[in-house]
Amino acid sequence: MTEATLAKVLPEAPEVAAAADLRAGGVRWYRRLLRNRNVVIGAAIFLLLVLAAALAGALSTHNPTRLYPANRLKPPGVENYLGTDEFGRDVYSLVLHGARISLVVGGVTMLFTSLGGIVIGLIAGYYRRLDIVIMRVMDGLMAFPAILLAIALMAARGPGVWNVIFALSVVYMPRTAMLIRSTVLSLRELDYVQAARALGRHDLAIAFRHILPNCVGPMLVQGTFIFAYAVLAEAILGFLGVGVPPYVPSWGNVIASGKNVIREAFWVSLFPGIALTLAGLSLNLLGDGLRDTLDPRLRVQG
Amino acid sequence: MTSYLVRRLFALLPVMAVVVTIVFFIIHLIPGDPVSVMLGPDATIAQIDETRRALGLDRPIHEQLAKFYARILRGDLGRSYFLDRPVTTALWERAEPTIVLTLFALFVAVAIGVPSGIVAAAYPGSMWDRILMLGALLGVCIPGFWLSLNFIYLFAVRLGWLPAAGYASFFTDPVAAFRYMVLPAVSLGFNQSALIARISRSCMLEVLQQDYIRTARAKGLSQRTVVYVHAFRNALVPVVAVIGITMAILIGGAVVTEIVFNIPGLGRLIISAILRRDYPVVQGVVLVTAATYVLINLLVDMVYAFIDPRIRYD
Repeated sequence: MTEATLAKVLPEAPEVAAAADLRAGGVRWYRRLLRNRNVVIGAAIFLLLVLAAALAGALSTHNPTRLYPANRLKPPGVENYLGTDEFGRDVYSLVLHGARISLVVGGVTMLFTSLGGIVIGLIAGYYRRLDIVIMRVMDGLMAFPAILLAIALMAARGPGVWNVIFALSVVYMPRTAMLIRSTVLSLRELDYVQAARALGRHDLAIAFRHILPNCVGPMLVQGTFIFAYAVLAEAILGFLGVGVPPYVPSWGNVIASGKNVIREAFWVSLFPGIALTLAGLSLNLLGDGLRDTLDPRLRVQG
Repeated sequence: MTSYLVRRLFALLPVMAVVVTIVFFIIHLIPGDPVSVMLGPDATIAQIDETRRALGLDRPIHEQLAKFYARILRGDLGRSYFLDRPVTTALWERAEPTIVLTLFALFVAVAIGVPSGIVAAAYPGSMWDRILMLGALLGVCIPGFWLSLNFIYLFAVRLGWLPAAGYASFFTDPVAAFRYMVLPAVSLGFNQSALIARISRSCMLEVLQQDYIRTARAKGLSQRTVVYVHAFRNALVPVVAVIGITMAILIGGAVVTEIVFNIPGLGRLIISAILRRDYPVVQGVVLVTAATYVLINLLVDMVYAFIDPRIRYD
């Protein structure tokens, strides 16, 4: 998808030349992305995490949910690569399976915030009367410290993967909505959008043909950062005991169980934390790199 | 300045109204019947009905919302059944550790972040710039709560320099209080110092490209004088705004840090309230932190408008 969509990010790309530009422009963007060191390193680490999550079943040496009380708090070694926790679960297998939860929560939250943000942002950008109401609600949602609002929502909904995704989507969606709205507001005054309107195009057609393609770049950048926040927030909720249920192997849950045994077994919390840091690092590198590549204005500052 | 303040205060009213409404609806997000969830499986039908009436949950929703607003305006956040006292009292008892922790962490974040950003920007592309910005990138990515655990393992368990967890009030035992506060404040502030470093760097770089800086250079001033005397003040203006955002993230982060270090603040209060299904306390903590955050942002904007008069007249 990168070649086609990224090419559309070109601000104010004239409609007529778009088709011709797409192919040439696509290659240019693709190359520029590959030349950006942040993007390459970020994508490489992220790909590793995706592979670890996808192949968690095959790569695991133990069943991550099976308890072996006799085997508790074993240090890293040949039998258990990264040691065992207080219940005798294999930390290596837990970390691999934890990647699944993290990536699913992060990815689906990114998807939901993008979709919700597009709908709400478009409505707010188009209808000035609704805009006032919608923006006050968004301001209100953003007035909460993010993690506290997520905690409060989890308090009401109870533990569970879908509830975590719901809570984080509510918390981060206003940011996407604001982004789409401001893009709509700046684009709707441009000549080519005015021209499309003068031609009698339907509002929705204008939105999909002329406005949304220009949002793809900024949304991709923001989505990457939201992915990173969501992975971290999921771990924090799990750590606090209000995220996914404690028996589900997630990085936050494993770090929480490592907290209880930090004096005897530092490895229980160390390794899931490293995985969490790597996930954050890869997404932040990707986000920074995408922003530098997609927004030429920022590149000048080096 | 006064008219700006009045305008900003009025702009806060709708935001606070939305905040109160969201907090009100938290109870209604509970799946099924909130009252049976609150009272647990052992409650009788009579008890459930009585509590429902006592909480006003048997009334139509708009009536409940109106009552909720009226209560909040009177400063009444409800009553905690579990703690057997008004929510406001419970919040007041637990506020001190959270405030102290947040302020200490803010100090750490600014003390590390601003100098790092300025030095990195003063010599862009240099070895210092690279090292500091790599550190800032890592600082953004390392989860604070996990860093706390590593700090506890290293400085408390292994080296024994500092206590692993606990809290003492600065009013009773300042020395112990300080020793308890070092690890939580550093691990909470470290993430934010990275953000502040990145932003001070980019602000500084922007200021350094302006004409008056070129003039200063042209008249033969050294890089040091240009950066620290001419550019510093202007570069700090946007950083002040970031401190507002930082405060908000720190309040949220304090909740997590309190759990790691067993600090009896608002974070411990809300988490234990969740486990006891003590929803008035959950609502109270969330409402008060959101209101605090809104007020801090107002304060920051005031400071911002005071430092940079251009903002008042837009």
